[in-house]
Amino acid sequence: MSKKVNTTVPPSDSTEKEYSILNLGPTHPATHGIFQNVLRMDGEIIHDAVPTLGYIHRAFEKLAERRPYAQITPITDRLNYCSSPINNMGWHMTVEKLIKVEIPKRAEYMRVIVMELSRIADHIICNTIIGQDTGGTTGFLYLFQWREHIYDIFESICGARLTTNICRIGGFERDWSQTTWDKINLFIKDFPKALNEFNALLMRNKIFMDRTINCGPITSKMALEYSFTGPNLRAAGIDYDVRVASPYSSYQDFEFKIPIGTSGDTYDRFTVRDEEMKQSLSIISQAIKNMPSGKVHADIPDFFLPPKHEVYNNMEALIYHFKIVMGETDVPKGEIYHCVEGGNGELGFYLISDGGRTPFRLHFRRPCFIYYQAYPEMIKGAMLSDAIITMSSMNVIAGELDA
Amino acid sequence: MEELLNKISLKLNAKFSNAIISSELLYDFPVFTINSANIHDVIRFLKEDDELNFHFLTDLTGAQTADEKQLSVIYHLHNMPKNWRVRVKTYFDINTPEIPTATDLWPGANWMERETYDFYGVRFIGHPNLKRILNVDEMDIFPLRKEYPLEDQTREDKDDKMFGR
Repeated sequence: MSKKVNTTVPPSDSTEKEYSILNLGPTHPATHGIFQNVLRMDGEIIHDAVPTLGYIHRAFEKLAERRPYAQITPITDRLNYCSSPINNMGWHMTVEKLIKVEIPKRAEYMRVIVMELSRIADHIICNTIIGQDTGGTTGFLYLFQWREHIYDIFESICGARLTTNICRIGGFERDWSQTTWDKINLFIKDFPKALNEFNALLMRNKIFMDRTINCGPITSKMALEYSFTGPNLRAAGIDYDVRVASPYSSYQDFEFKIPIGTSGDTYDRFTVRDEEMKQSLSIISQAIKNMPSGKVHADIPDFFLPPKHEVYNNMEALIYHFKIVMGETDVPKGEIYHCVEGGNGELGFYLISDGGRTPFRLHFRRPCFIYYQAYPEMIKGAMLSDAIITMSSMNVIAGELDA
Repeated sequence: MEELLNKISLKLNAKFSNAIISSELLYDFPVFTINSANIHDVIRFLKEDDELNFHFLTDLTGAQTADEKQLSVIYHLHNMPKNWRVRVKTYFDINTPEIPTATDLWPGANWMERETYDFYGVRFIGHPNLKRILNVDEMDIFPLRKEYPLEDQTREDKDDKMFGR
């Protein structure tokens, strides 16, 4: 990885082995995003790969230094846009940790439901795309309609589908309507059947197993050295999950298993994600069953918008509304790191506040960016078609990679 | 947390007598500020010590101090079996931004250090391939430094004195 791909052609009378250079990406249909890899190939076999990054770099860390805290949430949407709600919640929790506020149990449970739904949406994308890249379009199209149902739920909660900006610092802006609850209940009732049908297509399918077992494997030692987290680390056999290691948003109240794999290959990553979807469904059912009653947001007028009728009729509410909307609320000085289990692993927010209205420094620990650097190592010696499904099974998301 | 802070302090003080500039507990994190000359030895010790065993590099990033005269590099280390986390920081002058690389300890530090170089211009001595990663190669500034404001401050067609700051 340290060296550049050697593109020089040996002279015609040379007996030296000649490699061909293949430019995979940046907008190749099989890379599902803007990823470029310059591959040095010996026929079908990959000898070396050099990834190029930054095609959709949007300088989020710089942008965040000029934005008030509430206005940074839409930036986090655009990191891992397949599971934006997890990023949003992670950011809200970081700010809540900084200003030392406890939010009501009900809001925490509602957050858990949203986060687990988006985890399912994220894993649906990854697993169906593995199916698609191995040649099974049926599963891809079939399960994708369930992602639409999840987006319908998000839409009825916050009005947006993909870049959600869901929830607020301090809690939800309003309690969910009955329609939302109906949609969630319908989803957790019907989705397991669809998931089982999808698995019946692939999970014990001989062709799929031959195709994915031992494809792009990574050992647990190497995965740890490359700072892997999330499903990719668990597929390599390490049972690290932020939800269990350092619980946030009441995850300690829920019973769930952490699925792990053994060899860290594409098949293991597929099965780990599949089992995680089932565990997420179980967490959502538990959250609905044990949903506490009460308020859905904390009482922090400095950060949480007051109800509209009070803004029109009450001086204090008007002042707070104005200060929040114009981003004139100062936060305490501090330096914190908060992490949540995102769709791809430990999504961390390292925040330095100098006491002003905007962060002094904000760094996103983006799991994709960190584990994608092991990709050349993982595909060395593999076939080109294996490189494609290794990338889809790692679930590299361009937005998170490039920030 | 207090206990962990004391434990690490004791071990570091015994091994490196004057490397620690300060140690404190910030929210739920033990934070150590280390002399930039000793930073590599300290993180190697934290990684390889049998008891501390901070074997996992969670994050590596840079920052600038408020007076814009110093840069810092921040390591977040993690001991997964015991679930201990620690933050190690080191400060150095912005005109000589050089510290040893951590890629010999973790290959995963490679891109994180390239990102830090890209944004802050920190030169990691011994890094195998230290060049820009997210920005274009031709860029001649280090964009996250505070001396490069997000918007052109000389613009006169836009008056946002009141709200934009």
